[in-house]
Amino acid sequence: MALFIVALGTFLTFSTADFLTVENLFDVLLNYTFLGIMSAGMLVVLISGGIDISFTAIATVAQYAMALHITERGGNLLLAFLIAGAVGIFLGSINGFLIDRLKVPAIIVTIATLNLFHGVLITVTKGRWIYGFPEWFRTAPSLMTISTKSGANLSLSLPIILLIVVYALTSFFLKRTTLGRQIYAMGGNPDAAQRIGVDIRKMKVFVYGLMGLLSGIASVIQAQLVQTVAPNAIVGRELDVVAAVVLGGASLAGGTGTVLGTALGVSLIAIMGNGLTLLGVSSYWHQVFLGAVILISVGVTSYSQRKGHQLRQVQVDVEE
Amino acid sequence: MFRAFGKRILHSNFEVRTLFLLVVVLLIVFGAILPGKFLTARNFQSMAFQLPELGLLAIAMAVVMLTGGINLSIIATANACGIVIATIMTLTVSRDASIAASIGPFVLSVVAGLAVSVLIGVVNGLFIAYVGVSPILATLGTMTIVEGMSVLVTRGRVISGFPELLLTLGNSSILGVPVSFLIFAVVAWIVTIILERTPFGQSVYLMGSNVVATEFSGVNVRRVTVLLYGLSGLLCGISSLIMISRFNSARVGYGASYLLITILACVLGGLNPDGGFGRIVGLVLGLGVLQMMSSGLNLLGFSAHLTEALWGVIILLVLLVRRAKVDWFPGVSRNRKRETT
Repeated sequence: MALFIVALGTFLTFSTADFLTVENLFDVLLNYTFLGIMSAGMLVVLISGGIDISFTAIATVAQYAMALHITERGGNLLLAFLIAGAVGIFLGSINGFLIDRLKVPAIIVTIATLNLFHGVLITVTKGRWIYGFPEWFRTAPSLMTISTKSGANLSLSLPIILLIVVYALTSFFLKRTTLGRQIYAMGGNPDAAQRIGVDIRKMKVFVYGLMGLLSGIASVIQAQLVQTVAPNAIVGRELDVVAAVVLGGASLAGGTGTVLGTALGVSLIAIMGNGLTLLGVSSYWHQVFLGAVILISVGVTSYSQRKGHQLRQVQVDVEE
Repeated sequence: MFRAFGKRILHSNFEVRTLFLLVVVLLIVFGAILPGKFLTARNFQSMAFQLPELGLLAIAMAVVMLTGGINLSIIATANACGIVIATIMTLTVSRDASIAASIGPFVLSVVAGLAVSVLIGVVNGLFIAYVGVSPILATLGTMTIVEGMSVLVTRGRVISGFPELLLTLGNSSILGVPVSFLIFAVVAWIVTIILERTPFGQSVYLMGSNVVATEFSGVNVRRVTVLLYGLSGLLCGISSLIMISRFNSARVGYGASYLLITILACVLGGLNPDGGFGRIVGLVLGLGVLQMMSSGLNLLGFSAHLTEALWGVIILLVLLVRRAKVDWFPGVSRNRKRETT
């Protein structure tokens, strides 16, 4: 995977002049912060053995609540994140609770809540767009700004910092904390996890709440980037995020997946899209390439797993 | 036929009986709040016009769900099929060609379109059965690639201008019953026969319960999987026929919102998403519930999005009732598989 990305990157560096420039890489990074942050949440959900389809609706509701508040009452960036995050956690926890209570596959429950959240939002707001944000929301704060020779301003802006922080924290959380290890355990074998004392209900509420929180954070960043909030801008992109995380090696069966893999999966999609554009390939081709990459990647993974499984069986037979 | 249908419901499982009850309740409630509007032939006819597209797609989803699979590529498949039919049709016949003159090209384009949809289904099946990819990922991949190719071929444009013959499929009715609804009913009936009366159908149910056991009992699991996903593709193709006829055009992205709704319709219809349990008759009742809610709320003047929200609510409620039944009467459940986990 990493090799493939390096190969793709090298190829693009030599075949186009613009790929390996700081401006381009920063642009790509900025454009994919939204997908990236959502993917971190999706990774945790997939590791726990579930899936969340409703997070796009959660992000939209969180975004709308946040936008309504800051356009009408004002506030500051911290407050925006707090509102969106709180809405996200609340709606996400509802998912977690329902999934645990109904004992129905997460995909079913979250499709139902996707319809519920999104339907209610559009009914209440009548599909109205929000724009005209206050001044402080239009300029994202950034840590440092470097001007390149060509005159472009590069800045380590808030979205990029947040993306890095989210990935670092998720990685630390999954690898180094008891809770994180318990999530792997729950995804690998729920029964065994329960017997060693993992509170499955609390864990589910936590995992889906975290997904909601990250959706909320990502939604603020998205609103800040495009400066409008439309109730139907994000819904419909659920499967993109799932695809990115799965490309990064997480299994839908639960129990496996790493933050590094997810970061690579997101980068692959980002670099591929950017590279095709720079190579002058018509944008009509992008989706065909993406589909091919998904099929090849999951195909190779499953095929090698199957072969590995058969080999192990043969070895056992020999030993007997 | 009606007696047989009634008998089937009475002798069916808990899921189907509750759904039947729900249908009756909805009929009474909407009939009471909308006197002279809901319980009319016209309303029922309009519901029968709206149901088949989603209905056929839901059956396409249902057949693979019986094995514990899922098919995310149904909408992409239907649109690809519609685009193939529309392209051939618009290239070979003019819009105002007589019915006799358009029969040849019509048959040709429909065969080509259905062949494409079956092919997409078979590719899904091959990936799942022979490469070992999980259904959700394999069909996510084909969905992306098929959709991409459709965009590439059409450049995102709408293809329109069909001859009369194709338009009759989705827009005319025989004795007051829409042709599309008749197609839906016949297809639902045939699929029921295939699933419940043939060895192939028995293998499908068996595989949903226990793949390994099915394989050891001599069923060629891989072949059944490929055939089943092919069937799912074919059903998408039939649905696309009705869809392009009703829209009088074909385009990428028609019916995109149906994808997740079909999954909900299946679950509402009593299908177990892990496979092994559920019947088409339940699914048809589930679709009836969704359609009645949508028509009734529309007549009451509510927005389509409120309907969307209430669909979510009704499904959660139905799941809650099923769960409560399992909790209170653990011994009676037929779906014992879930409770052991």
